[in-house]
Amino acid sequence: MARMKFLCDADRCIECNACVTACKNEHEVPWGINRRRVVTINDGKPGERSISMACMHCTDAPCASVCPTNVFYTTADAVVLHSKDLCIGCGYCFYACPFGAPQYPRVGNFGSRGKMDKCTFCAGGPEADNTAAEYEKYGSNRLAEGKLPLCAEMCSTKSLLAGDGDIIAKIYKERVVKRGYGSGAWGWQTAYRETIAG
Amino acid sequence: MTPLCNWVRYAAAAFALALIIGLAAPVSAQQPTSVNPTASAVKEQQLLQELQRVQGRITIPDAKESVLIQPAGRDWRQFHEVTLRWIGAIAILGMLVVLVGFYLWRGMVRIDSGRSGRKIVRFSPFERFIHWMTATCFIVLAISGLNITFGKPLLLPLMSPEAFTTWSEAAKYAHNYLSFPFTIGVIVIFLIWIGGNIPNSVDAEWIKRGGGLVGDDHPPAYRFNAGQKLMYWVVVLGGGAVAISGYILMFPFYGTGIAGMQLAQIVHGVVAVLFVAVMLAHIYIGSIGMEGAFEAMGTGEVDVNWAKEHHKLWVDEEMGKGRSSGRAAQPAE
Repeated sequence: MARMKFLCDADRCIECNACVTACKNEHEVPWGINRRRVVTINDGKPGERSISMACMHCTDAPCASVCPTNVFYTTADAVVLHSKDLCIGCGYCFYACPFGAPQYPRVGNFGSRGKMDKCTFCAGGPEADNTAAEYEKYGSNRLAEGKLPLCAEMCSTKSLLAGDGDIIAKIYKERVVKRGYGSGAWGWQTAYRETIAG
Repeated sequence: MTPLCNWVRYAAAAFALALIIGLAAPVSAQQPTSVNPTASAVKEQQLLQELQRVQGRITIPDAKESVLIQPAGRDWRQFHEVTLRWIGAIAILGMLVVLVGFYLWRGMVRIDSGRSGRKIVRFSPFERFIHWMTATCFIVLAISGLNITFGKPLLLPLMSPEAFTTWSEAAKYAHNYLSFPFTIGVIVIFLIWIGGNIPNSVDAEWIKRGGGLVGDDHPPAYRFNAGQKLMYWVVVLGGGAVAISGYILMFPFYGTGIAGMQLAQIVHGVVAVLFVAVMLAHIYIGSIGMEGAFEAMGTGEVDVNWAKEHHKLWVDEEMGKGRSSGRAAQPAE
């Protein structure tokens, strides 16, 4: 099976936010929840870079480790998913997540955050694939239809890559060789304990 | 205009054009054959080394999402999953072992002179109400809190995931809402008993003589001995610390960032498990550890002989007031 990963080529990202919009529309994500976001570092200064970030589906995921009710599971494709039925909305996964991926429907007075929501790598949840129940809780399940995540598919500059880690790493390395530069795969060291030389 | 004037203007324009082309050509020839657009670009490893995290600007209202990468999350995970469990297990199990060992060795501390049958009022109904309100909240808070840290390894294997979630969610709400009466209780405890809990020279003597826990010694004490004063300050300071850190956790990201939330949880977790361990000792000495002690918070009245043995100076004070003959009408204050 594949080992699914995201890779954002920061030298290509133009901060158009199409990935964010695609994600919100595809999964009908409620207002206030951003499964994916674009962060711009050194905005307006020379050398600024924008990086599109969602759940990185970490190896040995910290969110899964700290969850008091053990709601997380990893699929055969190494996608980190969770059960909203078992979530108590404690918010601990957000403290552990290196990438700010977990989202909650409410701000959190008295800890009433509601069930956690996050990027599913377009792979749904524990319910049967592409059922109404799955769609309502987790959004569409494109992986079950043989498709890759929509954010990366929609990316106008092909900055955001999603798919098998080895393949997208190869694509990125070829780019770096061809154009002669690259700022590396942002977050990979933290998520997967590996880097791609820039 | 004369034809000559026109000719001069055309010549000047042609000269200017030639000058521009002539100057521009060498400039374009000096362009480097390859550019490196990443020469001034921000670098992930450098940012992580300098700032421990990567932060930028976002276009969504959720301000906390401006943190792009915070590897500290993995450190916090190590604390929550390993360090806190060790601290909690050693403190709580260690205290239980000490208490069981002490009970087996010392047994219940008896009233040496036996019961006199005469009572003296030790705690007013209001004091007892505040004590038991705080104590009840504490027990629920302790169990529901320990469930977050120890429930997954200890309780979840014994029940279905759905049942564990139902229980944990109820426990979480109990934890959040009972924090309010608990905090009020800690504040009232602080106010009503501060007078008797300022350390003084009698405490040094009491500690030197081991508080009478060892042997049949009964060092004198006023209304609260040094051990009780220690308990008071643990409740006031520990309770204050868990309340403040708890409310930061209950109102997440109000004026604090991700690092602040992690720190609040660390303080809350460590203080809470130590608090539970100390309270086990308090429960022990107030129940099976000492004959006649429970009555103080139970009925509010203690046997005069018990009071003389454990709080000699307080009894002398009360006797001086002439209120202790028979059943004292006024609470000891």
